[in-house]
This record gives sequence, structure tokens and C-alpha cells, in this order.
Amino acid sequence: MAARAIWKGELKLGTQKLPVKLYSAVEDKSVRFHILDDSKRNRVKQHMVNPESGKEVEPKEIRKGYEIEPGRFVILDEEDLEALKPEPSREIEVREFVPIDGIPQQFYERPYFLGPDGNQADYFALAQALENQKREGIAHWVMRNKEYTGALGGQGGYLVLSTLRNEGEVIDVGKLPKPAGQAPTKKEIELAKHLVSMLEGEFNPADYKDEYRERVLEFIAKKAKGHAPRLAAVKTKRKTTSLDSVLAKSIASLKKGKRAA
Amino acid sequence: MRPFWSGTITFGLVSVPVNLYPANRSNKTSLRMLGPDGEPLARKYYAEKTGKDLEADEMVRGYETDAGKFVTISDEELERLAPEKTRDIDLTRFVKEDAIPPLYFERGYFLTPAGNSEKAYRLLAEAMKERRDVGVATFVMRGKERPVAIFSDNGILRAETMRFPDEVRSFKQVGLSAKKTVSPTAVRKFETLIKRKSKRQFTPDKDEAADRLLKLAKKKQAKPSNVVQLKDYQRQDDERPAIDLIQVLKKSLSGRK
Repeated sequence: MAARAIWKGELKLGTQKLPVKLYSAVEDKSVRFHILDDSKRNRVKQHMVNPESGKEVEPKEIRKGYEIEPGRFVILDEEDLEALKPEPSREIEVREFVPIDGIPQQFYERPYFLGPDGNQADYFALAQALENQKREGIAHWVMRNKEYTGALGGQGGYLVLSTLRNEGEVIDVGKLPKPAGQAPTKKEIELAKHLVSMLEGEFNPADYKDEYRERVLEFIAKKAKGHAPRLAAVKTKRKTTSLDSVLAKSIASLKKGKRAA
Repeated sequence: MRPFWSGTITFGLVSVPVNLYPANRSNKTSLRMLGPDGEPLARKYYAEKTGKDLEADEMVRGYETDAGKFVTISDEELERLAPEKTRDIDLTRFVKEDAIPPLYFERGYFLTPAGNSEKAYRLLAEAMKERRDVGVATFVMRGKERPVAIFSDNGILRAETMRFPDEVRSFKQVGLSAKKTVSPTAVRKFETLIKRKSKRQFTPDKDEAADRLLKLAKKKQAKPSNVVQLKDYQRQDDERPAIDLIQVLKKSLSGRK
């Protein structure tokens, strides 16, 4: 079943314009729970209360405050918040291009697929050009009252637009000290590299399945029928210490495994 | 600040106990809900039928099997259901740094050494850096299993949680029409444009929306009736400003407890 476009926009690259439809590229498959009242097993609701008196405050009485200093709030009314909203627009402006590996992974947030909305020839040509050049466009747009920055890339002949986090949302690793403690020896590093190389392979997404999700759903299905299986308690694992011998043992056991296979 | 998750990274028979802290933070300067007299409000759950407020121990998690019919599940059951191998981050596969399409990445976390594991921690970081590899595994954090890629970044191990393959759609699933034959002239037209506007590095944006909000708040505070000043105000731990997270990371990386 085809998905519904969640938004329509127009890519603007220099003087070129290209109408596109936006689709979510991902769907969260987490098991969804409801919060229930334990005694009655009814659904619960949320409201805002004064924590001292415990009294409910009606939504129309609630005011919004910006904490400008600890404990100091500036009240902002609806009019103020309305004025802060960005100007609505359909334009996805691509101002510049960077190499694909020029954007650290930490910035990627949420991917969308773009589909052509009319001009198919240019759509597929742009996707091809981005793939050929191994570059991504840096895009800016406003969608549903929010400003976004994104990376526009070509993938498998189609266009993908991922939202990117801004500067303040990513902690710069350069601001952190290197970990303290004893440094590993050259020999240990060589052994560890050897161990890593033996475990090296391709990234194959299909290798990763959400077994936990399956187990939770299976358990719920059994419980619904009135026979929930007994679950074993969680054991805590013992920790190994001596690094050198452990590295050598790991390599030996991997080699043995390979020979047996 | 307590770690988000504590556990062990294993590669081969080597185990590295670690603490995990967020590497992304929400930069949205969210507004606080205040009452008519400016008192900060708390969000509370209440029973819909009786209107009574509920404490944490008066609520349970329920899965809706049929409309209005729920199966309850406890924290303990959820904990016990986690497959044994997912309680740690067991790196049984290493891939090259650029092998994972960005589509999979969800959120970043920093790992810091725990319980005298500094040497093993530094060893893994160094070996991965020299081979330009990232380790891949799945693990359960806060009631959810996630694939995770461990990067060696400037001597620090960083975990990027990922989406499962069935959480990423395909172009076909979305219903995008099959690729048409592409005219080489049109491709060249775009290639020229891309080359002309190319830069070597990506510069992240400042959060302009947050700046505008601060500017407006500064302007409005000139009028005393717009301001609420609280005495003896104690913040909740999870509301502390983001800068504290960097302090926490610095402390746990430098081995100070």
C-alpha cells in the first residue's frame, strides 16, 4: 500500500525549481503501552496541578513562562508566541553542497523520502547527479511552523531529505577530555586490532532483528489467554580482568571457530 | 546526574564496563507552564472516572489487545523478557566507518569507562580508530531493543542508536514510481550546479528560533508585570541546563568519581 505524502514543497537550487512530495522514510515499531489506573484498570489522563495545594489549574488559566534566569520567568502570551512562528513557505532552499562524509553522523535526525510532484525528468536527474558527485545538498525549509535544516542526498536513484540537528543539539566531542587511566601497550593494541579485523565484515541491516519486541508481544498474547509463562530472573555476569591473556584467548577461540566452520 | 544506561561492551572475551550519557540534547528552550499567580505547575496523572490523582505505584502499563481490553505487564516482566545477549553491547561485528547509511541513525550517546575499565576502554577506542572501524550490536535500553553502532571519536567511544530494518521503509513501499531513464544532459546540468556551490565542510546552524525567543523574553522583562520571580526555587535534576551534561562527562572521563 502506497504511503500518503505528509507535505508538499518545492526544491529550489539556484534558479532551478522542482516540486516534490515528502514521505516519512521511517516508522517506529516500538510496542505501545497505555498507562492504566492499577486498581480499576482504566486509562488515565494528565492535567496540570499546583504542586503545593494539589489543585488542578484549568488550561485557560495556564500561562507560559520563559526561564531567563534560574527561578525568574518572563510571561509570554499567545500573541508573543504567534509572532515567533516562522513565515510559512513551500520552498526547500538548497544553498550549498558538501561531501557525504562532511556531515558527522551525530547530526542526522529524521529521514524523509522525496517523490516527484510533476517534473520526473529533473527529479531523477538530480538524484543521479548527487550520487555521482558523492555530495549532499544543505537544505533549509519551514514545515508546520518549524524551521528545518536538512541533508538532501541521492540514494538508489531517489532523493532522500534528512533533517539535521543544529549546533546546540550536538555535544562537540572536542570539548571533552580524553579518558584518563593506564594506556594500553603496543602489543595489546596490535592484538586488539587483530581481534577487530577477525570480526570485520559488511554492514547487513537484515542481521538485526528486534527479538525483544517479538518476545514482549508473544508474552502478552499468552498472558491474554491466561497462561503467562514464568520468566527467569536476570543474572548478573561476572567481569573478566586480565587484558593480555583475554585478548590472546579471544583470538585463539575465533580461529578455532573459523576452522570448525 | 545518573547515567542513562550502565552495562558492558564486550569484544571477543574482553569486557569494558561503561556508563552511557546522551550526546544530543534538545535545544528547544521549552516554556514552563505557570499558574495564574506565576507558580510553576506539575503534570499529574489522574483516574478519568474518579478524578483522583495517581502516584507512580498506583499505575500499571497495559497493552490494548482489543478495543478497551488490556493486558498488564510489569517492569520486572519487561526486564526479564530482554534476551540475555542484549543486556550487554556484544560487538560481534565490525564494519568500516562509512558502511552504514545515515538513514539508520537515530540518537547519539557518549560512553564513559566505569569500574576501572579505563585501559580496556582505551584499547578498544585505539584499535577501532586505527582500523577505521565501528562496532555493531543490538542492546536493550529502557525497555527497548536497538541496533547500535559504536564509534571511536577522538579517543572517546560514542554510541549511535539505529533503527531496525523493518522501521526503515523502501521507496517501493512508499509508492514512488519506478525510475525513468535519465537524460545525461539533465544530470550534467545538476552536476555543474552542485560543483559550483560546493563546500568542503558542513557548518551546523545556530538555533535561530531559540535566539528569537530569548530576544523577545529580554525585551518583555523590562515590564515588571511580565516577570515572575520565585524565592527558594529548587530545580528538578532533569531540568538542569545542558551545560551540566558536559561537566558530568568531563568528570567521568577523567576518572573522578
